Amino acid sequence: MVKLEGEQVLEVKPDIGFLHRGIEKICENRTFLQGIAFCDRVDYVASMNSEWSFVLAVEKLANLEVPRRAEFLRIIVAELNRIASHLIWLGAFNMDLGAVTPFLYGMREREEIIEILEMIAGNRLLYNYFRPGGVKNDFSPEAFERIKNFLKTFPQNLKEYKDLITNNIIFQKRTKQIGIITKEKAIKYGLSGPVLRGSGIQYDVRKNENYSLYKELEFEIPHFKEGDIFSRHLVRMREMEESLNIIRQALDKTEEGSVLIKQPFIMKVPVGEGYFRTESARGEMGVYMNSDGTAKPYRVKFRTASFVNLQILEDNEIIKKLKLSDLIAFLGSLDFVMPEVDR
Amino acid sequence: MNFTNLFFFALALSVFMLLFGLFAVYMERKIAGRIQSRPGPLHVGPNGIFQTLADGIKLIYKENLIPKGADKLLYFLAPILVFLITLLSFIIIPFDENLIVADLNIGIFFILAITGLNAISLIMAGFGSNNKYAFLGAMRSAAQAISYEVPMLFAVLSVVVLTESAKMSLIVSAQQNIWFIFLQPVSFLIFLISGLVETNRTPFDLPEAESELVAGYHSEYSGIKFSFFMLAEYCNIFIVSALITTLFLGGPSGWFLPGIFWFFIKTLLMIFFIFVFRWTFPRVRIDQMLSFCWKFLVPVSIVNLIVTALIKYFT
Repeated sequence: MVKLEGEQVLEVKPDIGFLHRGIEKICENRTFLQGIAFCDRVDYVASMNSEWSFVLAVEKLANLEVPRRAEFLRIIVAELNRIASHLIWLGAFNMDLGAVTPFLYGMREREEIIEILEMIAGNRLLYNYFRPGGVKNDFSPEAFERIKNFLKTFPQNLKEYKDLITNNIIFQKRTKQIGIITKEKAIKYGLSGPVLRGSGIQYDVRKNENYSLYKELEFEIPHFKEGDIFSRHLVRMREMEESLNIIRQALDKTEEGSVLIKQPFIMKVPVGEGYFRTESARGEMGVYMNSDGTAKPYRVKFRTASFVNLQILEDNEIIKKLKLSDLIAFLGSLDFVMPEVDR
Repeated sequence: MNFTNLFFFALALSVFMLLFGLFAVYMERKIAGRIQSRPGPLHVGPNGIFQTLADGIKLIYKENLIPKGADKLLYFLAPILVFLITLLSFIIIPFDENLIVADLNIGIFFILAITGLNAISLIMAGFGSNNKYAFLGAMRSAAQAISYEVPMLFAVLSVVVLTESAKMSLIVSAQQNIWFIFLQPVSFLIFLISGLVETNRTPFDLPEAESELVAGYHSEYSGIKFSFFMLAEYCNIFIVSALITTLFLGGPSGWFLPGIFWFFIKTLLMIFFIFVFRWTFPRVRIDQMLSFCWKFLVPVSIVNLIVTALIKYFT
């Protein structure tokens, strides 16, 4: 809901809840293994990351140790999904601004990633690939080949986007110095992900929380201090490059070994509760899990980045400076997906 | 030309206008597809050439709605006026040496005057629809249209200074030695930009921005009335391209082939560029567009006119 005066935006009120499917309640009635298939659907654009948070929670509560090969495979798959998610963001953001073509270019590149993931996990969008204690299956040699080819061809596409979009003066005039989120506001509202890093704060759950084997890989956390729409755009473009770096290093370092520990058919997790988080494409994706010793969790809560990032729309100081066209660009730069907001 | 010839030529032009609408939509969709790594319309007819015809037939079949509370007269007249303006603009375009419906002495200024009426038809459409989004789109569109008439006029005046006449055939014959695009590059760019704005094409298509305003001033139109707007838009693109060809690219002149072929080749080249612009650039915001016009284009075009006049006077 937007209150306008001519072209000037006065007030914005997000009206959410239309995509609520009750996933958290459903998970209370499903075993931990069945729950993984549901938490895919929390963020279906980058579902590997959603699964990772859930599976991390189960592993930490049950004290399971994940084999090293599985950790590297997880990193590769999650970073591929991050690139795919950013490509969708690129398309949708540019379409809101009027340039329809990047959407189709993004889809063209994303098709390659999705086919790779289909080779690995069997599904194009909702993978159900992670398991507590590893991943479901290993990569085939063809999958490794295709990932290596992708790493070779994708940087040229990134350069194409840079020439056509980032260096385009119309795009820059629509996005620079507009929708500025200051550092203090970003911290106050609890933002995370590229929105936070676009405001100058160098915080990434992959580095700060150090889960999985990210500490063995070298990568930068891109951040820009202006806090406008253009910085958030730059952060995401650089993140795609950094993801390519991570995948390259992970491919080199992948060791031989098993990909899944031996699991009982019905897994019982000891009593306990905890909040565990990972860095999804949109920001901090956390799962609070409370287990009561049975085969099904007592309570699962998903702390999704889009839901928290959406609060920034209620901040009148930022909103009052925007015109209607700027609001559209601002919404696009937040990169929220409704399934994450509503669960 | 005597009266019967003239009559048939004018009739042919009207038919041409309709057929061009069909062709232009197909051309745009194919070009858009190719730019976006996809084939474009393929299935309806060989290689998709009947796609627009199918769309047109669908539009004719649609229900003739009038929104509640709409001002019936304005709502009904707006598409007719838009179509009429475009049809009238065809009469001074020089397709070939003697193929002009009316070689008026005021030539180019006739078109500028007629396209000024476009702004009224937009407001009629937006206001008559009784829809706040349509009205907002119409306001934006009208502001855009009347602002950019000024640089367009000055660009045209620079060319008229060079030829000392506004008559279309004289403008064409004055370019026998050298095309005006080389003598007046600034005017060419200003006229191209203003032409893009007048026809509401990206990067200036804010009035039709789908993500913001549904469809701007023609949101509430469906069926035949909507097809009038679309047809008028594509024919306006043809007119702008034809004007650029006549004023800057030498019009119907070239070697070997008769003039009319060269005219169409040049015009289609410009239309191609206009289509490519749409699928390459994002949109410009309305206030950025207006400040670009008044703070940059108008001073530049005035300076261009003065420089042209001075050079003409001293040589």
